[in-house]
Amino acid sequence: MAVTTMIGAKIHRREDPRLVSGEGRYVDDFTRPGTLSLALVRSPHAHARIKSIELTAAAKAPGVVAVYTHKDFAKVVSGTMPVTPSFVAEKKQVPPRFPIAEKEVVYQGEPVAVVLAETKYQAADAANLVEVDYEVLPAVMDLDKALEPNSPKAHSGAPDNLGWDLTYIPDDAAVMKEADVVVKERILQQRLAPTAMEPRGVLAEYSRPDGTMTVWLSSQSPHFVRLFLAGALSIPENKIRVISPDVGGGFGSKISPYSEDWLVPAAAKMSGRPVKWIETRTESLQTTTHGRGQVFDIEAGAKKDGTLVFIKVTQYLDAGAYMGTFAAFQACACLLAGGAYNWKHVSARTVGVLTNKVPTDPYRGAGRPEATHLCERTIDLLAEAIKMDPAAVRRKNFITEFPHTSHFGLVYDSGAYGKAMDVAMEIAGYEKLRREQDEGRKKGRYLGIGFSSWIEICGFGPSAGTAPATGGIALVESAQVRVFPTGSVAVYVGTHSHGQGHDTTFPQIVADTLGVPYDMIEMRHGDTAEGPAFGYGTYGSRSLAVGGMAVHKACKKVVDKATKLAAHVFEAAEEDIVFDHGQFYVNGSPDKRKAFGEIAFASYGAGLPEDMEQGLESVAYYDPTNFVWPFGTHIAVVEVDPETGAVDLQRYIAVDDCGNIINPMIVDGQLHGGIAQGIAQALFEEVVYDDDSGQMKTGTLTDYLIPTANEFPTFELGRTITPSPTNELGVKGIGEAGTIASSIAVINAVCDALSPLGIKHVDMPASPDRLWKLIKEAGK
Amino acid sequence: MKHKVAVTVNGRKHEHEVEPRLLLVHYLRDVVGLTGTHIGCDTSQCGACTIHVDGKAVKSCTMFAVQADGRSLTTIEGMARGEELHPLQQAFWDEHGLQCGYCTPGFIMAAAYLLEQNPNPTEDEIRRGLEGNLCRCTGYVNIIKSVQSAAKAMGGAQAKSGERAAARS
Repeated sequence: MAVTTMIGAKIHRREDPRLVSGEGRYVDDFTRPGTLSLALVRSPHAHARIKSIELTAAAKAPGVVAVYTHKDFAKVVSGTMPVTPSFVAEKKQVPPRFPIAEKEVVYQGEPVAVVLAETKYQAADAANLVEVDYEVLPAVMDLDKALEPNSPKAHSGAPDNLGWDLTYIPDDAAVMKEADVVVKERILQQRLAPTAMEPRGVLAEYSRPDGTMTVWLSSQSPHFVRLFLAGALSIPENKIRVISPDVGGGFGSKISPYSEDWLVPAAAKMSGRPVKWIETRTESLQTTTHGRGQVFDIEAGAKKDGTLVFIKVTQYLDAGAYMGTFAAFQACACLLAGGAYNWKHVSARTVGVLTNKVPTDPYRGAGRPEATHLCERTIDLLAEAIKMDPAAVRRKNFITEFPHTSHFGLVYDSGAYGKAMDVAMEIAGYEKLRREQDEGRKKGRYLGIGFSSWIEICGFGPSAGTAPATGGIALVESAQVRVFPTGSVAVYVGTHSHGQGHDTTFPQIVADTLGVPYDMIEMRHGDTAEGPAFGYGTYGSRSLAVGGMAVHKACKKVVDKATKLAAHVFEAAEEDIVFDHGQFYVNGSPDKRKAFGEIAFASYGAGLPEDMEQGLESVAYYDPTNFVWPFGTHIAVVEVDPETGAVDLQRYIAVDDCGNIINPMIVDGQLHGGIAQGIAQALFEEVVYDDDSGQMKTGTLTDYLIPTANEFPTFELGRTITPSPTNELGVKGIGEAGTIASSIAVINAVCDALSPLGIKHVDMPASPDRLWKLIKEAGK
Repeated sequence: MKHKVAVTVNGRKHEHEVEPRLLLVHYLRDVVGLTGTHIGCDTSQCGACTIHVDGKAVKSCTMFAVQADGRSLTTIEGMARGEELHPLQQAFWDEHGLQCGYCTPGFIMAAAYLLEQNPNPTEDEIRRGLEGNLCRCTGYVNIIKSVQSAAKAMGGAQAKSGERAAARS
């Protein structure tokens, strides 16, 4: 295989042979001699005061080695769990969070005690014997009610439930008056449980003589966990090794550190034995951070000719009982509210609200699905108000000149929004679909066609913007490239692959940049003991646009040194050296060449140029100059059964543009999964709490509806390629794109289907129950 | 009180004394040491723990180890023949039928049983046949393709694309 054609090639994944053979290694597949099982005693109440905890029976149970509560952990764990500024620098209140409750529990599932036992069955048995006496307090469960002055407080003694209130851009009354039509809507973004198929898990081993802590955990960002753990456990970072091995999906829910990430290592330190905890699915649904959980009040206006005038967005974000580490990240829904369009004015305000639910934090898309949903629904509402085809309104208002600076000062790097829409409409056969819809309506069939012309900001991100957002650490990315004397290569990256296929795609970049055969390149990640000092993890569709560029940059440093050495070997000037297809030669003498591997071998020998050290390796940190801005148009085709309210998703067309592509097979796979998660939000998934007790009603996969293969059609994908000018590879991100786009394509299609009944708005999930009620109501 | 359990796993005999409440999946993972069978839920929804018990696909979280006494079990580790992957393993690799890989062993075991029952399934039959397994990464698109591709490799004719749409109208 030619070595310079790897970028863009469909290469089958090298991680797959082990994964299809049952030889993947996830956290629960690791054990250490003498490992104890840890079980948590969790609050059954959403809000209660802890009056007393009785541990005697649990401590005496078979196999139990220790039972710990807050007072024990307070001796080895210090500080509170981290909350970053994200998109809201000034918060009204950030309730301090210790990983285990002391006097008050504020959400169902909050840890109260832990049991260590010889086996997991014994630990679970003994956890049931811990008796906690609670005084139940009123729970804050509703966003609107939470903001009323007489509302109970999520935390006793708090002045109110307001987490933040920030207006990014105020209204412009003069511009609002220019609109011929104005629409208003309230849009619900229900809470979702990310539900990676592998639940979370932690295994920790502490060496008292060495003072070293080794932690295996299922994480998207092991270096950040090490950083936070160092502070919490007062162990220097160089004494902590965090290993995030094969990880069974993350979707944003494995970025932030969790209580158990503190409690398990602390328990290992206190007990002097390795300790393992693996989350049950019910624990996962109850305590792993949720996504979305927002309500948007929208007002927007347009001219009669379809020109968009203004959009005004107010976001109410249910932060839960504590702020997630990146709780305020979802406020970026406000910053992207204008979507792919030119508006004369965009105004936006975000309000963060504390409730007695599990904290919300990023979930695939994080703020951008919400932005797309509200913007694309608004476009359809305006199109309906002025009786224009929704496709025509989009086309009339697309941003067409790049770079484009948004009302919020963000710079869209490149795009060709109309082109993606053209391709999508062609694949869909739009005109024919509209004819079928018309004919169907005459026969009492409710067919609907829904658009979503999405954009996103991803590739987090430039240091100037991201360091303040995290509270200090810039979200750049690191890579290390080692070239061994015989010419094989090992690459270490700070990103983490948990399904994205980096083991395959990053070596594709290395192969092209170094001119080394793909099979001679080894890729490693997920172990903080290896590679550069710090890595930044995988989230926000950043791994390629930031991490891939770090790999590229590190390779180029290696090529630079190898070129200098080649010049020395050829006794030529450095600028006369040509590096092509992994071969060095002097310009004009292509017959006399040295392979990359020969130069690598020479670099470990004698007689190097003056000032050149032996060896051929490099470390690079890549700081991008901007975010990257993928885009596309999706079209959903549905039929709603008016008798049952059931939605039949008949076709799903997606045309996406993520710039240059490293591996088209993996891009398509990322889209498939992303699209499915957005459709799942549109039609199936919702975390439901009981309004009074605050207890979760969707605590198993019987109640929380993850769709099966039988709920989807085969998605029809198309593609345009508009390279990013932001980075040398011309790449953007694609991990979240499908989810960002798809919920509103489906909801717009459902609304379109039901429009003859006068139904203008449908909240998610558009379940048969919800639609049946709307249809029945409309018929009255 | 412990009970004796004697099973054949991937052709090898095992005998252990186990608690009667020990789930079969925990027995396979923690006692026999075969960790390719995964656990993704507490309620038998996800199918990550699917294995074969006397040739039938079973969610191994729904059985106690003692109920497997005297039976022959196959797990994902028993599917390949030496270096040669099972056609389904090969097809999942070829068709990008997995991403994080956590659900994959369960899907392969469920699909193997499906193809044994129905060597030439339509797309619709594959989708319905795999309803007991959840995947969060792939949107099932390439899982369906993988099963179609394996069916072809194993001798059944490939399910025609578009059959689902045809079946609907």
